[in-house]
Order: sequence, then C-alpha cells, then structure tokens
Amino acid sequence: MTVRAILVIARLNGRIQDSPLQKIMKRNFKIWRGDKNGGQFVDYRTNIEPGMVVLDVLHRIQAESAGDLACRWNCKAGKCGSCSMEINGKPRLSCMTRMNSFKEDETITLQPLKTFPIMRDLVTDVSWNYRQKEKIVPFRPKPRDADGNYRMTRDDVERIQEFRKCIECYLCQDVCHVLRDQGGKDQFVGPRFMIYLASLEMHPLDTADRIPAIRKEYGSGFCNITKCCTEVCPEHINITDNGIIPLKERVVDRYFDPVMWVKRKIFGV
Amino acid sequence: MNGQARGGYQSGVAVTVRNDTWWISPLLTFLGFSTFIIYSTWSALQGNHYYYGSYLSPFYSPLIFINPYAVGSAPVEHAWLGAYPSWWPTFIPQSPAFLILAFPGAFRFTCYYYRKAYYRSFALTPPGCAVNPLPRRDYRGETFLLLFQNLHRYALYFALLFIVILYYDAFRAFVRDGRWGVGVGSLVLLLNATFLACYTLGCHSWRHLVGGRLDCFSCDSLSKKRYRIWQRVTFLNERHQLFAWISLFWVGFSDLYVRLVSMGVWRDFSTWGN
Ligand code: SF4
Ligand code: SF4
Ligand code: FES
Ligand code: FES
Repeated sequence: MTVRAILVIARLNGRIQDSPLQKIMKRNFKIWRGDKNGGQFVDYRTNIEPGMVVLDVLHRIQAESAGDLACRWNCKAGKCGSCSMEINGKPRLSCMTRMNSFKEDETITLQPLKTFPIMRDLVTDVSWNYRQKEKIVPFRPKPRDADGNYRMTRDDVERIQEFRKCIECYLCQDVCHVLRDQGGKDQFVGPRFMIYLASLEMHPLDTADRIPAIRKEYGSGFCNITKCCTEVCPEHINITDNGIIPLKERVVDRYFDPVMWVKRKIFGV
Repeated sequence: MNGQARGGYQSGVAVTVRNDTWWISPLLTFLGFSTFIIYSTWSALQGNHYYYGSYLSPFYSPLIFINPYAVGSAPVEHAWLGAYPSWWPTFIPQSPAFLILAFPGAFRFTCYYYRKAYYRSFALTPPGCAVNPLPRRDYRGETFLLLFQNLHRYALYFALLFIVILYYDAFRAFVRDGRWGVGVGSLVLLLNATFLACYTLGCHSWRHLVGGRLDCFSCDSLSKKRYRIWQRVTFLNERHQLFAWISLFWVGFSDLYVRLVSMGVWRDFSTWGN
C-alpha cells in the first residue's frame, strides 16, 4: 500500500484530522463589521492551511487586510471563554471551531453574539452577565467540624463538579431564547447562572436557601427547557437535565406540590 | 447603514443564519407526534378489536367498563366494573380506551422531554437553536398559563401504576385458556411494558423524588440507599428521550398488532397454534 493510501484510510478513520494531503486553499468569509450604531457584512478571502481554526483565520485577516477588525480572545485553548461568536449562525468558540469541519466551498459567516450589545465588529459587551452573578447569594458554608475541617464525600460533590467546568463563555446565555428573543433579561438570569445556582443549592455544606429567589428573581419558570443551552455548551455540561430541571423540581417541592406543603407544615421538613 | 439589522441578524419567524438542516428534527418530531395523536385518537374511538386470545391492547388497559357486544372486545369478566351501565351518557363513546387514555396522555404531555419537543416543533418557541421563535408580545414561559406543568409528578404517580397494570397484562398474555404458552403478541406486550417502564423510571421528577432533592447523599444510611437508586434512575434519565420515542412507537404498534390480529388481517404465531 502506498503512503498516500495509508494516509487516506487513516483520515477516513478519523485518526489524522489534518493530513499533509489537505491542500492550502482560498476560502470565503463574511464578517460583520460595525458598532452599536450599525454596520454591514464585509467579504474576505484568505488562505487556509491544515489545522487552522476560525480564530486563526481572523488573525490572518487582521494581518493581511483588516488591521482594525475587532475580536476578543485570550487562551486559544477553549478555556478562557473569550472568543465566543456566531459562526454560520451557531454560537461557538472560534478557537475551537476547526476549519476542516466546514465544506470546502462553504462561505463562513461570522457575527457578534446576538444577545449582547455590540461594542465593535465581533466584540460584544457581556457585562449584563456579571450583574446577574452579583444578584446571587454566594456560598454560605456551615460551621467547620470540631477539628477545624470541612468534610464531604466524593459522592456528594460529584454531581456539582460538572457545573464547575463552566468557562463563562456565555454561549448558553447567547442562545437562550428567553434572553435572545423574548426580551427576558429582567426576568431570567439565564442558563449559566441556573447551573451556578444548582452548584450552590446542591452543595452539601451550603446553608443558604435560594429557592424563593430561584422562582421569583432568578426566574426559573421562564426557561421552557428547550435545551439550546445544553446544545451549545462547549464544556458539554448537561445544563438543562442536571441543573435547571432539578432546580425546577425543588421549586415545585416548595410552591406547587400540595403534599410537600402539608408535610412541611406537619413535620417542618 | 444599508438597512442591515444589528449584528447582521434579520427578524421573522424561523429566520436564522444557520445553513445546516436544523429544521429536520422539529419536522420529524411534528410528524411523529401528529401521526401518533391521530392514530391513537382514532383507535381509542373504535371501541372494538382491542382484544385477541389473551392479548389486550395497551390503549385499552385497564378495562373499566366493557361493551361485550363490540367485535374483538375482551370477555366481560376482564373489566373492573363489568359492562357499561344503562345510565351511561350517549355522548361519551362506549370505548374502554376513552376512560383511561387521559392518564398516560397527561404524563407524556407534562414530561420534560415532550415539553421540549413540542415547544420546539409545535409552538416554535423556538423552532431550533439560534432560530427566531414565533414572536409574542409577552413571553411568560412556564410561569403563567403553563403553570400546571409543575404538577408533572402527579401524572407520574399514575404512570407508575400503569407499569404494574401493563406488566400484569403482559403476563396474562402468556396464558390462554388455562395453558401457558407464548405468541408474538405476548412478546409484543412484554416489550411494551418494559419500554414503558424504562421511560417512566427515567422521569426527571422521579429522579428528583428518589434522591435528587437531597443535598447530602452520604449523611445517613437512608440517603446512601437513595443515592444508589438515584444513580440507576440517572442512567435511564440520560436515555429519557430515546425511551420516550421507543415506548411511544411501541405502544402504538402494540395496539395496531392486537387490532390487526383480532381483525384477522395478521396472523399471530404462537404455541397455542391459533
Ligand atoms: S433550556 Fe431554558 S435556559 Fe436553556 S436555552 Fe432553553 S429556555 Fe434557555
Ligand atoms: S455553561 Fe457552558 S455554555 Fe454556558 S457559560 Fe458555561 S461553559 Fe459556556
Ligand atoms: S480564546 Fe479562550 S476560549 Fe477561545
Ligand atoms: S420527565 Fe419525562 S416522564 Fe417525567
């Protein structure tokens, strides 16, 4: 078998994603340029080499033809959550979106996140999210054990570990239709903060009670569990199934289940 | 600036910049649910051909009242309360399915997975991710008209009962005229009860009630036991959508199977040889 055939087979098997066979080629991009007053799509064309991600392309375009093109990035490793944008209409991290995931003749459209105010080009002002976090009652641990330690077992913390993977890229906030399309920013804190709340509420050491606020201020009822947040999360956090739905069930315990209500009145738990 | 919306986003229902086939899944969901709703309503209205040999269609179980004169109906002693009473109002069809379908119906209607599916494919709220929803002036989510969704766990309690009933039917399907045996129909009904159990026991409310509501799984021996159950339920819960579809399809197929065998269209292969 020739080396070429081996490489082709290896690539088909998904072992080598960018083999030397992949040629350097020109690709088309449509990038939204503008600020809060308006803007338009501008077409760009540049060379793509094997292994490139969308963020690399932006850097190349900046170097070649648009030195003033604004985009935000930091780690280029999918860990800082800065490079969020909409790529062909999907909220994604540009540093984790590989060019070889697109068809060869596809024009790639890049837009700023729809849900947040545009600062310039692909950069949006996500500070609304920081204000949501400020509203949330922080971790309130119970007193330490007599020997000065906190104790919890692995079984207890495993469930909330998942939520700690969040990199605060706000892609889930961007895609959530309550915030994106329904004008619900005053009523609902959004999926990112629902899992933050879940990680606090399910914490074995935490003592604060956030259930009334989860229902009212944080707006759990506005989520209609359509799961787009889960679909876009680059950390693959099961936002809806493991975070939001369990919180909704806790709200049901407190406010909607008559049996639980009676039980609470009689036994106080 | 040349009329382009902010960020290059256009308004309009189902408008999106996405160029993939995002619409296939809501479309298939729409067609799948519609087919099921139409078939199950039609079948429930028939009031006949729901019984054959020892097989009882799951749409018709449990039998509360029976009209023993309908073709393909169960023997009257199978009904909890016997034949339809004389005072039965004429505007309610004398179909046993009519009395019970509301329970599984309510269970599926308020199921978290089905909610997701029909909010997307029927209510277009939103039809897909990063796809414009049906515009509405005052979106209230599940805080207002849909508040009743919060009572899903009560529908669950009935659904748990139905697992027992359907397993009972499945086991009865292995006995005909006092003789043990097995037919394709017995297996169909056994699978039906099993798929339904896998769906029901993966319910989010169930997962919450068995253990999810605890903050500390290790604090006492009961919590530890509940944690083990919670882990099992979580396994099914992660496959909830899958079992929602399999059990939906299979319950419809089980009814169709019994119906066609009872009508003589299909032949049921069995050890009883009829
Ligand atoms: S599941 Fe809820 S929080 Fe997540 S995107 Fe949908 S509506 Fe928003
Ligand atoms: S939950 Fe996922 S999508 Fe949302 S901010 Fe965190 S990492 Fe990003
Ligand atoms: S640059 Fe850090 S996540 Fe993309
Ligand atoms: S969540 Fe689907 S059955 Fe309860």
